[in-house]
Amino acid sequence: MLMKNPATERHTLSVLVDNEPGVLARVIGLFSGRGYNIDSLTVSETEHEKQLSRITIVTTGTPMVIEQIKNQLERLVPVHRVIDVTVGGKSIERELAMVKVRGTGERRVEALRLSDAFRARVIDATTESFVFELTGKSDKIDQFVGLMLPLGLVEVSRTGIVAITRGPEAM
Amino acid sequence: MAEQMTGAQMVIQALVDQAVEHVFGYPGGAVLPIYDELFQQDKLRHILVRHEQGAVHAAEGYARSTGKVGCVLVTSGPGATNAVTGLTDALMDSTPLVCITGQVPTHLIGNDAFQECDTVGITRPCTKHNYLVKNVDDLARVLHEAFYVAANGRPGPVVVDIPKDVQFAKGFYSGPRNVQHKTYRPKLKGDLEKIKAAVALMAGAKRPVIYSGGGVVNSGSEASHLLRELVKLTGFPITSTLMGLGAFPAANPQWLGMLGMHGTYEANMAMHDCDVMVCIGARFDDRITGRVDAFSPGSKRVHVDIDASSINKNVKVDIGIVGDCGHVLEDMIRLWRASSVETDKPALAAWWQQIDKWRGRKSLAYRNSSEVIKPQYAIERLYALTRDRDVYITTEVGQHQMWAAQFFKFEEPHRWMTSGGLGTMGYGLPAAVGVQLAHPNALVIDIAGEASVLMTMQEMSTAVQYRLPIKIFIINNQYMGMVRQWQELLHGGRYSESYSEALPDFVKLAEAYHCVGIRCAKPDELDAAIRKMLAVDRPVIFDCVVDPTENCFPMIPAGRAHNEMLLGDAAQDLEAAITEEGKVMV
Ligand SMILES: Cc1ncc(C[n+]2csc(CCOP(=O)(O)OP(=O)(O)O)c2C)c(N)n1
Ligand SMILES: [Mg+2]
Repeated sequence: MLMKNPATERHTLSVLVDNEPGVLARVIGLFSGRGYNIDSLTVSETEHEKQLSRITIVTTGTPMVIEQIKNQLERLVPVHRVIDVTVGGKSIERELAMVKVRGTGERRVEALRLSDAFRARVIDATTESFVFELTGKSDKIDQFVGLMLPLGLVEVSRTGIVAITRGPEAM
Repeated sequence: MAEQMTGAQMVIQALVDQAVEHVFGYPGGAVLPIYDELFQQDKLRHILVRHEQGAVHAAEGYARSTGKVGCVLVTSGPGATNAVTGLTDALMDSTPLVCITGQVPTHLIGNDAFQECDTVGITRPCTKHNYLVKNVDDLARVLHEAFYVAANGRPGPVVVDIPKDVQFAKGFYSGPRNVQHKTYRPKLKGDLEKIKAAVALMAGAKRPVIYSGGGVVNSGSEASHLLRELVKLTGFPITSTLMGLGAFPAANPQWLGMLGMHGTYEANMAMHDCDVMVCIGARFDDRITGRVDAFSPGSKRVHVDIDASSINKNVKVDIGIVGDCGHVLEDMIRLWRASSVETDKPALAAWWQQIDKWRGRKSLAYRNSSEVIKPQYAIERLYALTRDRDVYITTEVGQHQMWAAQFFKFEEPHRWMTSGGLGTMGYGLPAAVGVQLAHPNALVIDIAGEASVLMTMQEMSTAVQYRLPIKIFIINNQYMGMVRQWQELLHGGRYSESYSEALPDFVKLAEAYHCVGIRCAKPDELDAAIRKMLAVDRPVIFDCVVDPTENCFPMIPAGRAHNEMLLGDAAQDLEAAITEEGKVMV
């Protein structure tokens, strides 16, 4: 629509869905079909007995677009609830990364030293490589990956963001 | 006690239990078990169309003229892909349908088997919801759920894809009463606080307008009654979208006519200058708003819609009420009465005076001719000569559709079936088939264009087979008139591929289909020819040869605001009226 470019915002949405075939395709198709952004997407079954899955989507858009995205998601028949965990600022967001670094000598020692500072764990090691496991906010992971770059970064695998609200209430 | 039956039997049983009377379909390998069951029963009537697109449009016509769910049955692969245009049409115009598609047996799915296509994948974005049923024990539940989802909330098409082995497999059937969707429960009642706020806003209005849409028609006849009551109670002017025509009677003095790109001057000016806009069951689509940033600059807006995602999608509103139009209107009226509202009478009187001035421009006026039939005149005469009949109108897409909307007057909902959102040429003829089946004794007319009608002409054969006396009234201007009009206004009169070359002789074509053909090209012979058509109790193709150069006015050029309408007599400086930006709009 024609708008004078209001500022875009980044929002994390938790979407509770029936774990039925095609539900993820429906959600992704909605985003691609309507031209919305997906910055990060994670999905997994969370309540096996009730056959519920939780999809966490990080998206950016103007406030009007974010409202649209939530309404459009809620309109999908297998969607139970959509929670914007960004609203109210009471969310906790985490991501897990596995980072492979290759090197010997000083660079290897430096990589190990930094991993310690970031509370990363070594989950695989050879004489010339490490795989680190790291959880945290996305910017912390970005920072760690940046530091590993000159030290022999080979590969990064990240889960994307999962989120939950603080306090005793469920979504 | 649940009984055991085959999947194919369940399909028949479920449709019967859902009170379906007519199924529009076309057979093929992947639905043969269902067709075999159809053959062995007499509760359901199958209507054999000539193309699956026709089946879906016929079901749409059936659904829109009755308020019931339309039902379609097609085979896998090409059967399903041929249905896609109709499904998209139904989605855009919120028409409730259940479309059953056959699928290759489950063990072949994904193997590029003969006539396999990914039906649920292809139809996911063009249905409200869809299902692939891999287990016969899920079938009854899914079928009943499909009807529930199609009809409740914002209506729409639902596809149920059934592999052939599931049609043969035996399982337990359960009736509709035991089935409810796990979570899908659309909200019918609007938020009372918001309705109160809306009533307060309306009560203080100086220049109000009510803008209603297809949602009121979809909500059921009661909603149309309530709309009339609200308009009477408030004394406000009312306009409506193309889809909403008939929900409010055109003969009522508070009616401003249709709004939007080809709406009346008074309706669009009222939308532009109003201070309070009450939108009920419409969706601020681009054909309605014109340029969004210049849309109704000074108004406070109320929007009632059953679909929350329609609210604040294109246009920001001040009060968004999620709920069914009928329920919300009922509450609105109750609260209006209870608070014994005093409206600003002098302001309203001044507003009506202004509206009368706009009406004085007579924006639908056209220059008639005694030499050649003007398309507007043809529709005026058709309307005049059918006023005493129980009439249903369908249309194709183009200028004739807009003229039909402008010149045919509707007093009741469910009488006007047109492809609004998708603008599908070829909709009207099969839709008329569906309407006529639902209303065997009514007069059903497809107001058609010569180009559109050729897209689904083969359904004449269906009409003849089932003795459906539909009337195909072709406004034959020998052009894809709407395309020609845009080329005249926007592309320097270069009529690229918009001439209807090598048209068939429609009278002979009618005869070839074993129905009746009538041609008329002279204004003074028109009445007699229309009377002749009306006297025939068989399908008729009426070739009404009209002025090929007539344009449809008034018009808001793409990229312009409501108060920048082109009127017919302003046609000289059209080029200048269109901006460069407007050219890229559709
Ligand atoms: C299936 C389809 N293809 C193309 C179009 C684009 N289109 C819109 S109106 C129109 C011309 C229609 O011509 P006709 O049926 O003769 O109606 P007229 O405008 O002349 O009244 C076309 C090609 C469409 N709406 N639908
Ligand atoms: Mg034409």
